[in-house]
Amino acid sequence: MMNNRGFYTLFYKETLRFYKVALQTILAPIITTLLYFLVFSHVLKDRVMVFEDLSYTSFLIPGLVMMTIIQNAFANSSSSLIQSKVTGNIVFLLLTPLSYVEFYMAFMLAAVVRGLAVGVGVFLIAICFVPVPVHSFAFLLAFALLGSAVLGTLGIIAGIWAEKFDQLAGFQNFIIMPLSFLSGVFYSIHSLPAFWQVVSHLNPFFYMIDGFRYGFFGVSDTSPWISLVLIALAFIGLARFAIKLLKQGYKLRH
Amino acid sequence: MTAAISINNVKKSYGSLDALKGVDLTINRGEFFGLLGPNGAGKSTLINIIAGLANADAGSVSVLGHDVVGDYRQARQALGVVPQELVFDAFFSVREVLKIQSGYFGLGKENDAWIDELLDALALTDKANVNMRALSGGMKRRVLIAQALVHKPEVVILDEPTAGVDVELRKLLWGFVEQLNQKGHTIVLTTHYLEEAEKLCDRIAILNHGEVIALDSKASLLQSEICNKLHLIIKTAEPIDQLPDALAPSIRDKVKYLDGCQMRLELHKDKDVIVDVLAAIAGAGIKVVDLETERADLEDVFVELTSKKVS
Repeated sequence: MMNNRGFYTLFYKETLRFYKVALQTILAPIITTLLYFLVFSHVLKDRVMVFEDLSYTSFLIPGLVMMTIIQNAFANSSSSLIQSKVTGNIVFLLLTPLSYVEFYMAFMLAAVVRGLAVGVGVFLIAICFVPVPVHSFAFLLAFALLGSAVLGTLGIIAGIWAEKFDQLAGFQNFIIMPLSFLSGVFYSIHSLPAFWQVVSHLNPFFYMIDGFRYGFFGVSDTSPWISLVLIALAFIGLARFAIKLLKQGYKLRH
Repeated sequence: MTAAISINNVKKSYGSLDALKGVDLTINRGEFFGLLGPNGAGKSTLINIIAGLANADAGSVSVLGHDVVGDYRQARQALGVVPQELVFDAFFSVREVLKIQSGYFGLGKENDAWIDELLDALALTDKANVNMRALSGGMKRRVLIAQALVHKPEVVILDEPTAGVDVELRKLLWGFVEQLNQKGHTIVLTTHYLEEAEKLCDRIAILNHGEVIALDSKASLLQSEICNKLHLIIKTAEPIDQLPDALAPSIRDKVKYLDGCQMRLELHKDKDVIVDVLAAIAGAGIKVVDLETERADLEDVFVELTSKKVS
């Protein structure tokens, strides 16, 4: 039988946790992303043509929004878990009758909420300066939800695995950041040499950015359906792995 | 009647260290049970396994008949644990912490009255809306206890709850825990303060090197051979370098310590008569100016048993 209230409480606690430090968890990433937007659009708007009839500045917005969503979704679940582990207060969670699935779902959904909160913030401010069309709201929403769910799940896995803050920082700086920066946020992969186009297709974040951008412009480097299926499969695989780790008590129940 | 906690042949190793070597223990419902042992004896490992914070390598544990692995929801619902470390979530106030903990156990607003009662009983009402970071160590310790009790568990484990706690708070805590026990809650206590265990516990297990080396009622442990000892400490008028030849060998054998004006004798509380011993000492020319007696207590039992095991 589901412990619905227990699940909701953990979800509420995880969202309240980042809301209480919204300056750091919501406002700061919005400002950082808008700085990327200002700098890159100013420097490259007259030099780069990605899709016909689409300004570089407009092209940039969906990529930046998606990059913000996935980075913040990852940061939310991973930082919450590592903080609880290092300070020891995770014991209060491990003593409860919450199931492994409820534990996973609450952390993952809170990560989705934070990712979307920051993404929506960036989007709303950006469209005050540059108009961006919406081709398919359904695709847009599906990629935003799935992308943040995948990264929220990766954050849970990293948070479980890491024993120290610098291990988590390593995961973030050497895996999440490079993959998100090199996923086509600032360029279309068609502008790359053939070899790097192939390499880009191995980057799972590319499909998130590309599919999300399709939701706005109706054009993409790869079929949005393929991207959607690949991300959904990645999500299922990672979710199963995260739940397995929780069930085993890997690095949690010694 | 189902046991409060049933531990069957539990084994746990960390690398080459056997933390628990097949522990069997049954704690009855309504008991005030003491789990004692020196550092590294395996107490915390055993508690962690009962609480589901660690997985046993072999054996099984159940709380109120619910297996802590297979039936973990019911087992954890029945169990409240006060951890040894002073851990807290710095993001929330005291009331938020308690409401969140209550929610994890499926309880909502209907539990608010109990939360208020806990805050009152632990003298935390005026700190209810204060952030955890701003509390003193003693206050944080009280919140830990409230967190463990927020879902009204039938079985409560207190892992060294008075470590580093001042006398006033210790009295408040024990008064509160005794009340819980009187209301029918099973209490399992680990402590380094053996006088606390002696005062509070009905039954005691002593754990050493991952094994239960003693398990009995407090009364039986205190009636054991070790507790038949009575220490007589006397102060002499003059310093004594060595015992006089005139002192009877039967008394001489009882002298365990001699330093200047102080002499310590180990007597049998039933077989030796203090007046006779003092008369023999006086008869040997030793002038006694002061004396005191010390009965053996749980600490002596503990030291005797745990040191035996080491040797």
